[in-house]
Amino acid sequence: MVQQLGHLPMGWLMLALLAMLASGAFFVGRVQAARFSGPGSARVHSRPNYHGYYVAMWTFVPAMVVALGYGLFGDGLVRSMLSSELPANFQDMPRVELDVYLNSIARAAFHHGYSGADRVFSAITNRFLELQGLIKASTIVLALVCAATGFLLARRRVAPGFRARNRVEGGIEIFLFLCAAIAIATTIGIVASLLYESLRFFAEIPFWDFLFGTRWNAQTSAEFGALPLFFGTFMIALIAMLIAAPVGLFAAIYLSEYAGPKVRGWVKPILEILAGIPTVVYGFFALLVVAPAIRSVAIWINTTLISTGLASEPLLAAQPTSALAAGLVMGIMVIPFVSSLSDDVINAVPQTLRDAAYAMGATKSETVKHVVLPAALPGIIASLLLAVSRAIGETMIVVMAAGQRARISADPTADLTTITVQIVALLTGETEFDSPKTLSAFALGLVLFVVTLFFNLIALRVVQKYREKYD
Amino acid sequence: MTDVAPAPFRNEKALRRLKKRRAADARFRLYGLSAIAFALLALSVLVASIGFQAISAATYHKVGFDVVLDPAVIAPKGKDTPADISRNVDGFYALIRSNLQGTFPEAAEDRMATRQLGDLVTRLAVLPTAKWVSENPTQIGQAATIKVPLSDDLDLYLKGAVSKEFRLRLGDISAVTEAAPRQVRLTGDGAFKALQSLIAVQRQEVGDAVDARSILISAGSTTGRIMSLDADAAEVTLLTGSATDFSNVRPTARMIELPETERNVSDLQIAWTLALKDKGRVSRVPHTSLLTHTDSTYPELAGALAAIVGSLLTMMVTAFIAIPIGIFASVYLEEFAPRNRLTEIIEVNINNLAAVPSIVFGLLGAAVFLGFFGLPRSAPLVGGLVLALLTLPTIIIASRAALKSVPPSIRAAALAVGASKMQSVFHHVLPVAGPGIFTGAILGMARALGETAPLLLIGMVAFVADVPVGPTDEATALPVLIYSWSTNAERAWEPMTAAVIVILLMFLITMNGIVVLLRRRFERRW
Amino acid sequence: METTMTESRDVSAAGITMDETQGLTFPRIECKNIDVFYGDKQAIFDISLPIPDRSVTALIGPSGCGKSTFLRCLNRMNDTIESCKVTGEIIMDGENINDPDIDPVLLRSRVGMVFQKPNPFPKSIYDNIAYGPRIHGLAASREDLDAIVEKSLRRAGLWDEVKDRLTSPGNSLSGGQQQRLCIARAIAVRPEVILMDEPCSALDPVATARIEELIDELRKRYCIVIVTHSMQQAARVSQRTAFFHLGELVEMGETDQIFTNPRERRTEDYITGRFG
Repeated sequence: MVQQLGHLPMGWLMLALLAMLASGAFFVGRVQAARFSGPGSARVHSRPNYHGYYVAMWTFVPAMVVALGYGLFGDGLVRSMLSSELPANFQDMPRVELDVYLNSIARAAFHHGYSGADRVFSAITNRFLELQGLIKASTIVLALVCAATGFLLARRRVAPGFRARNRVEGGIEIFLFLCAAIAIATTIGIVASLLYESLRFFAEIPFWDFLFGTRWNAQTSAEFGALPLFFGTFMIALIAMLIAAPVGLFAAIYLSEYAGPKVRGWVKPILEILAGIPTVVYGFFALLVVAPAIRSVAIWINTTLISTGLASEPLLAAQPTSALAAGLVMGIMVIPFVSSLSDDVINAVPQTLRDAAYAMGATKSETVKHVVLPAALPGIIASLLLAVSRAIGETMIVVMAAGQRARISADPTADLTTITVQIVALLTGETEFDSPKTLSAFALGLVLFVVTLFFNLIALRVVQKYREKYD
Repeated sequence: MTDVAPAPFRNEKALRRLKKRRAADARFRLYGLSAIAFALLALSVLVASIGFQAISAATYHKVGFDVVLDPAVIAPKGKDTPADISRNVDGFYALIRSNLQGTFPEAAEDRMATRQLGDLVTRLAVLPTAKWVSENPTQIGQAATIKVPLSDDLDLYLKGAVSKEFRLRLGDISAVTEAAPRQVRLTGDGAFKALQSLIAVQRQEVGDAVDARSILISAGSTTGRIMSLDADAAEVTLLTGSATDFSNVRPTARMIELPETERNVSDLQIAWTLALKDKGRVSRVPHTSLLTHTDSTYPELAGALAAIVGSLLTMMVTAFIAIPIGIFASVYLEEFAPRNRLTEIIEVNINNLAAVPSIVFGLLGAAVFLGFFGLPRSAPLVGGLVLALLTLPTIIIASRAALKSVPPSIRAAALAVGASKMQSVFHHVLPVAGPGIFTGAILGMARALGETAPLLLIGMVAFVADVPVGPTDEATALPVLIYSWSTNAERAWEPMTAAVIVILLMFLITMNGIVVLLRRRFERRW
Repeated sequence: METTMTESRDVSAAGITMDETQGLTFPRIECKNIDVFYGDKQAIFDISLPIPDRSVTALIGPSGCGKSTFLRCLNRMNDTIESCKVTGEIIMDGENINDPDIDPVLLRSRVGMVFQKPNPFPKSIYDNIAYGPRIHGLAASREDLDAIVEKSLRRAGLWDEVKDRLTSPGNSLSGGQQQRLCIARAIAVRPEVILMDEPCSALDPVATARIEELIDELRKRYCIVIVTHSMQQAARVSQRTAFFHLGELVEMGETDQIFTNPRERRTEDYITGRFG
């Protein structure tokens, strides 16, 4: 019987239960309030509907909390209960193996996937289902009890003078606040998970070895010196900015100072298309077009140098994937990030400043260079910082076009690897938690997060200050 | 320093200086123009290169086989349930192979050739036919024409993507003499002169490398390889067909630039494909299987259906979570939040989250949703959750901008008729801000649809052969499919990947088109 | 330089009077038949107006009457507005400065301008003044530049207030000081004409008084055209006044005469406050 309960589809069940409870409670509250708020009675504070909402709120929320608790922790609870009951030889298993075993138990229990003759296995499966049933049944009972308590308490307050609307609105406001707080929860989740896994990593690998080690070989041998990754990230971001900064800035200047409204109306949206293209498409472009082109140019340079006697051996690495290919394409991707924010800040420079310069006989370019750009400088710097942060955190282009080899090389046609490439490499495919290999991905993630956060915070600060100045 | 020094407008010194300044001005303007030209050029090269590749994948070649659906082969006793038939790849493939062997008996001569002949069509290519027959059991025993995709390499050859090829029409062949079996001497007065001069020209360009190139000669369904030639005669090794086809015709010669050892298709396979084409059995058809098939290890059989559905499921989860929460959060921040420290922190936080690299959200998903909550790997549910957190800041920022643009007079009007703050917001402000919020939500969804990195980290990169039906099934998504296809080595994947990119961009263009339309329709100035 | 305006003669149908006894006989700038269009809309209708040297000419009129637009014709600031088109002749030193041949950059180095709101560049006080001489190449050396800066600031009556903090940013000054800084900046380019577009409208009365004193001082060296919406100010600082209405020049004459004995009914209505 308890085992049968283990098969209950809790998601749908709880959803239906909550909907029924809430609508029932609403109806009761409304009817009760309707009795004293007829057309003749003027001294009622809230309309019957609000009394209904009030009762429904107090019925729904406690039950919902129980349901959420089950959804988040129910499965884990069952597993930990089960594993504590397991015989001793299971207790000694490494956690990863135990998890895999429990996964197969769960699959066998719910999907009839594996029905082996292993007696221990089927016994554990049965016990698993029993525990599931127990937890599910008690969740439902608990939800009902909480709902009933809430319902009864709320119903007692329904009275002509009761300010049901204010209470309901207060409840909604709390709900709205919780929605806004999810942003904070996300940040906390990011920081907590990165820190937690990183600390486990640094328990095994010394922090300074990670930060300043020059040998990275996480996949095969356990070498976790991340300096080559930092170098690769820096190098590619640098190449990207060398392209995006002048192009984006000059495009913004041209659009805001020189172009007529018609040109502006066409070019601006087209530039924004560049920002809307998924990065994986850029990656494919880098792989398909740019990397081979750069490679053949590099080979041509090599052979020309050798044939003219300027070099005795190939000067450039001319790899099929290269830092230059990734950086170039990333630069194209980042152009709109520079141009659109720069365009905004340049437009925010008051026209009176331009007029002042023109009135003194400055030419357009002198006005831009000496007056507009200095005035817009903080905003432009912010846009560049945001673009750098974007370039550092960009993943797909480098995964597809930068390469996997961790090394420090100033040759732009050599393949380099970056933080993001390694995170992807470490966490795709067969991954087991708890190994330093997997954990190192989180340590890299932490570095990435901290660095980009640093850039973002400064940039956002500067932009805010700038807005305050000219608004 | 003198005051009011008359500086007439045509003072030479001033004009010289002015000329310099004007030149600097023009240069500066030119920098701006070239920056824009660079960006536009980059965009058009990107679009053109992908579009070019995608167009080549828009159609593909299928071969027709007239076979009898022999029950002994496709539904032998004991394996004749519809389920068995739909899985009977061997049986159906045997029909095709024997048909091919009947068409090209010369392939039976050595095992190498037999294998090469078999490679014209991938075994698994018969699966749709098997499925069709299992659904229409009355067809068993009947004659039928099965159309299956040609192997990807030969498809590429026919599209001219394998190698550069020089093709020319030769002169009349007057005599065909068979020296040995399959060794033929073709003679014709000056028939090979043009070919000779082509070889000479090529020899000047590439040197003796020209000798490594195959020169095929075809007439009708017959193709041979030219071993040696002079102006009037050539020694030909027959690859397929019969020598008599050459007499009194003007055959076609093909010089294939890439030597046989460097390509995936042999001369023999090319000869057979040309013969099939000559017989009218090869047709170029729209590549609809790209939309109806799921992933495969064979490019000609692969399709993006599972990824499209996976993306849609993921987007559904994302939309259900991110849009309502995003709207509620922005309503709170814009309309209700007291100006205090906590609100300020939330605001800074949201702005920061919008700029956090997407891969960090992937790490969050891997650690929290997979590791802590134990949700299933590779599932649209987890993908949707991660993307929801990723797009939430975007949606909140856009919604707040929309709410901010609603004039305070509307709020005041609602409050003045006795509505509560909550009522004024939900009955009046939110509907007015609706289109703006909606456009923000669509833009957020569009960004989520193109995201790849976080999905890789939560395992949505798996090879998925079945179309997912629920949010907890194993699935992949369109951008991830693009990534995994682009890492495949075979050349045929390039156009396929480009085609999937076009599919993805279609979705994005549609979403952005909706945004543009909404903006046009609802743009209001207060 | 004191100007006594005794004899006058009519030079145009609009009733413009010219003084013949002084050097003012030759107007510094002579405008002939100016029309200004914004797109299809005409903002200024056939204005002819001589502007005498070494005196202050005030342009008055209700808002939207085109006085600012007219002022901006004189140094071709309207060129920076795309849809704006100016026709007619503006003669200065025998050259039509409205001719496309004349480079507005050179023109503006001779016709300076001060704006409604003080708009110092986001640079130091020194650099604000030095900017013009630098771009026009007026100073051969650093000492030259220092001298120009000091002289300009002195003329603008700002030197004593800022001489110790030339490197602090221009917008750290008070509003009145900023406006005098802008005047000094305009002077530094050695203009012959200074245009002022409601220079005191953003200032408090005390700062306004200082600027007005300054204007009175400056008219000894420069030809000044000032747009103002304050009739009292026009009466205080100007020698000649032109009254604009709906894009037309209604009346032009000596300030005393305009304010005490206007010829036109519209002028009288405006001056006595019946509209505006």
